[in-house]
Amino acid sequence: MELWNGLVKAIELIVSLDPEVMQIAGRSLRLAVTSALLASVICLPLGSIIHFNRFRGKRLVISLIQTFYSVPTVVVGLFVFVFLSRAGPLGGLEILYTPTAIIIGQMLLIVPILLGLTISALSGVDRTILDTARSLGASGVQMAVLVVKEARFAVMAAVVMGFGRAISEIGISLMVGGNIRGFTRVITTAISLESSKGDIELSLALGIILIFIALVVNIVMNRIQQR
Amino acid sequence: MSSELRNISRITGIILIMAALVSLVAGCSGTTGASPLAPQARLRVATTTSLYDTGLWGYLEPRFEEEYGVELDVMYAGTGKALELGRRGDVDVIAVHSRAQELQFVADGYGVERVPFAYNYFLVVGPASDPAGIKGMTPEDAFRKLMAAGGGTFVSRGDDSGTHVKEKAIWKNAGFEYGGVQKAGDWYIEAGSGMGPTLNIASEKQAYTLSDMGTYLAYKGKLGLVPIVDKGAILLNVYSAIAVNPEKVPVKNLDTASNLIDFLTSPEIQKLIGDYGVGEYGLQLFTPCAGNEPTD
Repeated sequence: MELWNGLVKAIELIVSLDPEVMQIAGRSLRLAVTSALLASVICLPLGSIIHFNRFRGKRLVISLIQTFYSVPTVVVGLFVFVFLSRAGPLGGLEILYTPTAIIIGQMLLIVPILLGLTISALSGVDRTILDTARSLGASGVQMAVLVVKEARFAVMAAVVMGFGRAISEIGISLMVGGNIRGFTRVITTAISLESSKGDIELSLALGIILIFIALVVNIVMNRIQQR
Repeated sequence: MSSELRNISRITGIILIMAALVSLVAGCSGTTGASPLAPQARLRVATTTSLYDTGLWGYLEPRFEEEYGVELDVMYAGTGKALELGRRGDVDVIAVHSRAQELQFVADGYGVERVPFAYNYFLVVGPASDPAGIKGMTPEDAFRKLMAAGGGTFVSRGDDSGTHVKEKAIWKNAGFEYGGVQKAGDWYIEAGSGMGPTLNIASEKQAYTLSDMGTYLAYKGKLGLVPIVDKGAILLNVYSAIAVNPEKVPVKNLDTASNLIDFLTSPEIQKLIGDYGVGEYGLQLFTPCAGNEPTD
């Protein structure tokens, strides 16, 4: 039984904290966390600006953002590759095939999700709370604080969601990371390479870790949303 | 307060709060930066998948890194893609196996010099039952019979790699236009994958495929494929290393790139390449040829 043997070996690799498995998993985690945090720095203020302002084409902007929720990772990968390649406009930065390139790609991938979900989170704040606050004489700043306070869990859930998409993508890591062993190899690219080579134990071990991370993310999301 | 002013103060407040929130989150999560080494300390080589899949680079990489104190980034890509990465300046050295394309690459000024460092042979592998009855034929006759008789499935790399270019050359010698071969029928499958994955696909489908000797031997244990056609002058497979030319392409690591090529052709490493895999597979995967063009 290939699957059973593979599974047993995979669990051995995880339990024994195999250095290669841990290194790859750690790198995946580090890159996705960084991407999610950097995307948050951009999206939370920008989302607030979009939400709290009335301007022409606001609906269009929001539907555009939502369209990009499901942008294919390989398209983002291709886009970043074309820009970062030495023959491309940002080639002088020399960051193609480095972890930095992966972070840039993953950020671009999850910015629409974070932005869109931030806007929905802020819109989801109950109108009556705001009306009550206003009638009690709250100032603009006080109102804004109130909205953010009310929406904080939904915003956090959005960040966690972005992280989930970043850690599970493969197209960007493969195309602009290059799957270089010990440098840009992450869980998903390692699984793809190892299984195409027919070495399923390492793939399975990494797959289990990825599912475990997804599980943790899910539990955290549920906790956040239940508050 | 006018509504506009109110809006502005609101937004400013929000931004400040958000920024505070984010910095709090960032602070809690500790060091998250992935600090890549400076590009100068790294040398990037794009290698054909057949050299990667045999594990040869994994074997040589730490030796080179130790000797020269440089981080070697090995990327696997078919010869076509490796050449393209070289032309774009995204790699410093390419290690490939497609003579005509390599000569063109150097002639166009993208490469400094083509340095052959090892060779072996291609072979057609397939199921032991040999459904098309092509065992022992010349490559050209075997391909003609595959086309005429049917009965055999053929998996092509289909990725513009050196192996794929060789396959196209055999079809041409056998008298077929490649465009026609691609449309010849369901028996001709284009995998679009590296050598290892293509061998796995051929094994799963009990099909024939063209492989380099090294990858086939390295994968043999996992495959249900045996050598079918392994004689013919056209099957010679020469691996060369080429440093990307900084005069044509904005790369900066020519010294280190030259070191890598000297390393590959040094007597000590040539011996390691010749011995690589012999203990494990019982056969030589690569014959070293230190800078000289091998003749059949």
